[in-house]
Amino acid sequence: MTSTLDALLWGVLPYVTIAAFVIGLFWRYRYDKFGWTTRSSQLYENRLLRWGSPMFHFGLILVILGHLVGLLIPKSWTEAVGIPEAAYHFVATWMGSFGALLVVAGLIILIVRRRTTGPVFSATTRMDKTMYVFLAASILIGSWATVETQILAGDHGYDYRETISPWFRSIFVLQPEPALMAGVPLAFKLHIIAAELLFILWPFTRLVHAFSAPVPYVFRPYVVYRSRDAAVQSRESRPGWDPSGRPKN
Amino acid sequence: MKVMAQMSMVMNLDKCIGCHTCSVTCKQAWTNRTGTEYVWFNNVETRPGLGYPRTYQDQEKWGGGWVRTKRGKLKLRSGGKFKKLATIFSNPKLPSMKDYYEPWTYEYDMLLSSPQTDYTPVAKPKSLITGEDMAIEWSANWDDDLGGSTETMQDDPVLMHMSEHVTEELEQTFMFYLPRICEHCLNPACVASCPSGAMYKRVEDGIVLVDQDQCRGWRMCVSGCPYKKVYFNHKTGKAEKCTMCYPRIEVGLPTVCSETCVGRLRYLGLVLYDADKVTEAASVENEHDLLEAQRSVFLDPNDPAVVEAARAEGIPEDWIEAAQASPIWSLIQKYKVALPLHPEYRTMPMVWYIPPLSPVVDIVGTSGNDAEDPKTLFAAISKLRIPLEYLAGLFTAGDTVPVERTLRRLAAMRSYMREINLGNEPDEQTAAAVGMTGREVEEMYRLLAIAKYEDRYVIPTAHQEIARELEELSCSLDYEGGPGMGGAGPFGSSSGTPTPVAVENFHALKNRQNADDPAGPSTPGRVNLLNWDGNGSTDGLFPPGSPEQQKEER
Repeated sequence: MTSTLDALLWGVLPYVTIAAFVIGLFWRYRYDKFGWTTRSSQLYENRLLRWGSPMFHFGLILVILGHLVGLLIPKSWTEAVGIPEAAYHFVATWMGSFGALLVVAGLIILIVRRRTTGPVFSATTRMDKTMYVFLAASILIGSWATVETQILAGDHGYDYRETISPWFRSIFVLQPEPALMAGVPLAFKLHIIAAELLFILWPFTRLVHAFSAPVPYVFRPYVVYRSRDAAVQSRESRPGWDPSGRPKN
Repeated sequence: MKVMAQMSMVMNLDKCIGCHTCSVTCKQAWTNRTGTEYVWFNNVETRPGLGYPRTYQDQEKWGGGWVRTKRGKLKLRSGGKFKKLATIFSNPKLPSMKDYYEPWTYEYDMLLSSPQTDYTPVAKPKSLITGEDMAIEWSANWDDDLGGSTETMQDDPVLMHMSEHVTEELEQTFMFYLPRICEHCLNPACVASCPSGAMYKRVEDGIVLVDQDQCRGWRMCVSGCPYKKVYFNHKTGKAEKCTMCYPRIEVGLPTVCSETCVGRLRYLGLVLYDADKVTEAASVENEHDLLEAQRSVFLDPNDPAVVEAARAEGIPEDWIEAAQASPIWSLIQKYKVALPLHPEYRTMPMVWYIPPLSPVVDIVGTSGNDAEDPKTLFAAISKLRIPLEYLAGLFTAGDTVPVERTLRRLAAMRSYMREINLGNEPDEQTAAAVGMTGREVEEMYRLLAIAKYEDRYVIPTAHQEIARELEELSCSLDYEGGPGMGGAGPFGSSSGTPTPVAVENFHALKNRQNADDPAGPSTPGRVNLLNWDGNGSTDGLFPPGSPEQQKEER
């Protein structure tokens, strides 16, 4: 039997997060295309950024991939293709730890840089600072969870693929099973809550730049041409205001 | 053949006096905003010199433009698409604020509000980036007029490619100004570097622009452009660049830099070119062939076949006529006196320059010879290897032949026209010596020296512009935030939808009329006649009269 708190945390909050995240992103894109940017501060300072930013971002890509594999691929699938639990755990733990190490080190460099470099600090908005609190919280609690339940806990560690992963998937198939989260170690619970809060905040911070990762660049021709009419108009033409021309048959 | 039209510019360097009016008016028009303090869409460099940002021409350091691979393909010098994406978190080639300069202001208020002291109060320089005290060490044209100074000369990237004796002798030789804007290249490396696809070349007139709504601040365009003419607005986090004043060009007005140029040295007009041949021309093997390759891309607007093809591409009739009357076409192809800036970057730049003859003339003149005698002048041009090689380093990838040919044409024009001025019969031989006829020389003289406004600027208006203007007027208060909502949005400065120009103008005008500043009139409520534009209320124009008078008026 799940308590009310458990139901709220593991049955309601996820949906609140998804709603805020999706609607927020949609609204931000509609309202604030001009503000949708990385707001890079490389122009002010490059000595620390040159190390911190790639460490943080590449580490993060590794961590996100790890999360996707761990949360989305059911345990039965990896076992069906013959990957033993011990091997999976070993690879996941050490790849994850390596990623976490990069992310944490990068984050520390970036935060120190942001605080100590005058121009960078004065270009930091209140929203940035709030975002940093939640971002650092989810990363640090997540790293702590890995260290506590996987590395220090002996051979097998905590098998989140029996509890957290099915719970995570249950959210997305609209049949939440909060009961699965009852016995999960505290560190994981805190990590999930911190991450959910970060996702709620996400659309309103500079983190939106993650959604404009320029992958299409690889597929497009080098030089882009655009027509003046499409580009310069200050807004979309209104219904009934189409320019006159020969009717198309 | 795919005919496209390109709005392009030619600058006659002989006429540039280095007054920086173009830079200042451009800055007032476009970049006097927070975040663009250090941005100069137009700047004027003293050559020899370091340029802006410092040593931008050193592509081994900055990695701008294209290179030809061994297999004859073009590649971005700083790496292909995957390399760009791999270095997106920290662009290794991005110039820092130090390479431009740290913008500053002065603490003017101290001059007025300082308490009484033994010393005269001073206005200390304050950084516009940090707000702290700062030492001014460099600026956009710090080496202005220091051409060949040993302070900076050694670092001029163009000089570094020349032989040593040249550098030593240079100090006594020459100096000239090089005004620069965005080149609006036919093969733009900045556009090719933009991961978001926010930068584009306009189909109609070839102007290269940044879509501010689509730019995500990845900064690759800044390092991709070999001319360093894309800047990063450090407040909005977006790239900005010279727009060739497209709102003016679209209604047939010259750019701000051209309009305000004191020396009247800028020319604006269309060039028709074959878009299918651009890549091929940009990838010729020998750098010295790039000038001819680029010329071969241009299409003769008087050729009936070209006109036919242009019509087929939907280029309007008045644009074709404008291309036929274009001063750019005349200077580049007919008289062949204009040369591109650094063709070796392989971007096919479209702002060309008429190299300066003045240094040569000055030297011949000071040596006691007749500086306008064609024989002396012709001999001097090739003898003065230093300016020739330096100009070649700028305009022809080091090949002195086209530069010499150009300078000889300019020299011939001088001599030919002097005879006319002195009332003598002009010498057709002088013109023939540079492969021209006397008539052509006179035409060229008209374009270069008389330089009438309507000859310098042949700008066809954009079509449908009226409809769009009306569109904005019709409902200009209908936008996010509504009228009068100013200030920064919640996501840092300048977030949110932009205010329509009409609304911005309305408020600016109102503020100006009601301004109560030290420059305004001392009587409150009066209109400052200095900046009153004839519109709006004139209630306070005269001081209120006596109560009796006021009654009578009612």
